[in-house]
Amino acid sequence: MKYLVLTGLLIGALLTLPLLVAALIVAGEPAFGITGWQWRDFLFALFGVILLVSGLAVVTMRDIIRCGLAMIVCFAALAGLYVLLGAPLVAGTQVLVYIGAISVLVLFAIMLTQTKAAPTRLVFQSQAPAAAVAALILAFVIGIVVVGTAWGDVSTVIGTATDTLAGVLFTDYLLPFEVVSVLLLVAVIGGVYLAKRDEESGG
Amino acid sequence: MIADSLDAYLILAGILFAIGTFGFLARRNAISMLMSIELMLNAVNLAIIAFGAFVAELTNDASVIALMVIAVAAAEATVGLAIVIAIFRNRGTPLVDEYHTMNR
Repeated sequence: MKYLVLTGLLIGALLTLPLLVAALIVAGEPAFGITGWQWRDFLFALFGVILLVSGLAVVTMRDIIRCGLAMIVCFAALAGLYVLLGAPLVAGTQVLVYIGAISVLVLFAIMLTQTKAAPTRLVFQSQAPAAAVAALILAFVIGIVVVGTAWGDVSTVIGTATDTLAGVLFTDYLLPFEVVSVLLLVAVIGGVYLAKRDEESGG
Repeated sequence: MIADSLDAYLILAGILFAIGTFGFLARRNAISMLMSIELMLNAVNLAIIAFGAFVAELTNDASVIALMVIAVAAAEATVGLAIVIAIFRNRGTPLVDEYHTMNR
């Protein structure tokens, strides 16, 4: 049953991609004949629901491998939201880096650290109810702040032109770009050093 | 309608951040906690991109900052998972409440 649900989620995420293309073609038309609702609104609702359901699955499911797979669905829904927000380069990077690299890394780490008893044991710590209350309060406070703030004139989505973005990235942000590349090198070397077996002690 | 309102995206990002917070505080498995951190980073990224999409002065800067956040998150995931694997090799368990050597 759980496999069916998860397979359904994955197939749903895959099916939304052609739907996204179709929606971009017919953008501006009222959707399903409902006035005021355009296709992008339905896409927002769809991606939002997928995002929240798979996010909840990541933190609540018992089998940690399924948590990792639900995380992939969550990242795919986020990539869709980035496309809706007019940032296609960030959406592509999200798919490449998060789905392609980080999720695979997490899945490998899960397989390396899984013990036989792990899925049958308790998933949550004893402070889980308190954590749930704290998270609910956090979401509530963020909601109040967002709704209560006057953001000024924010009513239309402004798309990001990729060539302009490249110009900004390699002029104004050249130093942070290089620092990030050095940081990635340091992280790779550090990761290899931390994870390699200690030869003197026989590992 | 909702796809063109900043509030909707920010509330979505806030709820995702809260879900990540709950996962980080409540899960016992160290890798689950790292996955929750990834959720929180993604929520913040969504908020950054949403601000960039709705405020004209921030459009390019927001995309650049989001790309930087993605790169730093990749570095963090690499080092974090390496640390978890190193601890697992020493202690034989991925559950954080069994790392209690300093408590004895």
